[in-house]
Amino acid sequence: MNGQKQDNRAWLGVLPVLLIVAFSAVIPLMTVVNYSVQDILDINTRLFVGFEWYRETLGDTRLQDALGRQLLFSSLVILIEIPLGILIALALPREGRVLSFLLILFAVPLLIPWNVVGTIWQIFARGDIGLLGASLEFLGISFNYASHPLHAWITLLAMDVWHWTSLVVLLAFAGLSSIAPAYYQAAELDDASRWQIFRFIEFPRLKGVLTIAVLLRLMDSLMIYTEPFVLTGGGPGNSTTFLSQYLATKAIGQFDLGPAAAFSVIYFLLVLLLCWIFYTAVVKDKGTDQ
Amino acid sequence: MSRQSEHKRLNSVGAYLLLFTYSTYLLLPLYWLVSMALRSNADILGSFELFPSNLTIGNFSEIFFSEVWRSGFVNSLSYVALNTVISLTVALPAAYVFSRYRFLGDRQLFFWLLTNRMAPPAVFLLPFFQLYSSVGLFDTPLAVALAHSLFTVPLSVWILEGFMAGVPKEIDEMAWLDGHSFLSFFFRIFLPINKGAIGVTVFFCFMFSWVELLLARTLTASDAKPIVVVMTRTVSASGLDWGLLSAAGVLTVIPGLVIVWFVRRHLVQGFTLGRVS
Repeated sequence: MNGQKQDNRAWLGVLPVLLIVAFSAVIPLMTVVNYSVQDILDINTRLFVGFEWYRETLGDTRLQDALGRQLLFSSLVILIEIPLGILIALALPREGRVLSFLLILFAVPLLIPWNVVGTIWQIFARGDIGLLGASLEFLGISFNYASHPLHAWITLLAMDVWHWTSLVVLLAFAGLSSIAPAYYQAAELDDASRWQIFRFIEFPRLKGVLTIAVLLRLMDSLMIYTEPFVLTGGGPGNSTTFLSQYLATKAIGQFDLGPAAAFSVIYFLLVLLLCWIFYTAVVKDKGTDQ
Repeated sequence: MSRQSEHKRLNSVGAYLLLFTYSTYLLLPLYWLVSMALRSNADILGSFELFPSNLTIGNFSEIFFSEVWRSGFVNSLSYVALNTVISLTVALPAAYVFSRYRFLGDRQLFFWLLTNRMAPPAVFLLPFFQLYSSVGLFDTPLAVALAHSLFTVPLSVWILEGFMAGVPKEIDEMAWLDGHSFLSFFFRIFLPINKGAIGVTVFFCFMFSWVELLLARTLTASDAKPIVVVMTRTVSASGLDWGLLSAAGVLTVIPGLVIVWFVRRHLVQGFTLGRVS
């Protein structure tokens, strides 16, 4: 957005976007905020309850547990997928048929419907019919993600790595491809080690795309719903119930309008806050860098 | 992106080992899905076979001859297509002005758009349900397409703006000098230049709309039920028919493969949302 000409007629161009986003974001958000401060008994009987639902929601221990699990899951996902993605991008050939083939292969998991991803891992990890589960059983390791919380977590993480690492690979590869050859020639003259090349040449130039990668993975892992819903159903017990699933149960399952709305507002603000913290941290970093 | 960029690879034995391992990791579950799809449910439950011996296309033919499955497929494709058309129609002019002009509130607007992409769909479940019910769109593909556009429109604007900012402004000025009107310039010159960007945007709209389940499930009941929902409901209705479920899974992967094939040249640039500098 380094446009030069100041021209407010340009608003005409963004008007359609504004209208459609207002229809599908602003109205629903207002509805949510509205519900979150009312007790709705029926269509005509509504009581203003102020921050009652917020207080109730924040004090809800099951919600706190879900939040804790969510933060743990998102952190683990980022800690595994970002370094692994960078490593794979560094290992990719620069051009040729092998590269095209690998890029297409890597993109496939990104385009599979999320519930199908859950299904794929269900039939892959089950002890009776799954390749992974049955192999583990064969090796004498009893593996059952449906009854053992740790196994459920391992399966979920393996699934998420399978599903999303490619996104990081493609981003990091695009970043690497844009580094001018001159930098590498200079490094060669200086006899730089592989690590030094990565640390002082590649990494600084990857910061932009890695920011996008971490942001996308952060946002998307915070809203994960479908895959655990299909794979574990949030169980065993509540051990893999994350925020979205908890909310969906409240809103659609129990139809608890007020608390669900208050929870929605808190959830939305939480995601915004995390993304904003990360975003400003990176932008500030850039400012001092250049 | 330059083709002759010289980024150094890791030690090549290690590199190939890593690529091989990762590719295998991606392929194994997919192989298992396909092998399950080609076996009958009784066969799957009866014996564990690494390489299936009794191949059958029974699961696929059951899907092809079933009205519910077929209409599920058509419903999904129709809201994905609608969503893509809506997203492109509104995002193209917006991305153009973002890339060419400064105007009051442009930066704030741009960031606000992005925040919509960050919102968890679960937050919008209830209000969407009520909003689309009240305007009579509930259980239509249009409702799902509009709901998904909340996420795909901001993303489209972002991607297209990134690509368009890279197109020199001299092209606009040359076109004015040649006597093109704005519309003629936009449709005959500017859009063809950006067809790669449009392809990538289609990919991303598809990537969101085709794979999403939560909103699609909430906004449909019977008439507009998408394939992903048919899958989850079939499971609960008839017990678990793993073969049938796998065959449906295989079928939902195919449209993705087609799209990847078409945008393969622009894939890498698209993943940085056009922003690799």
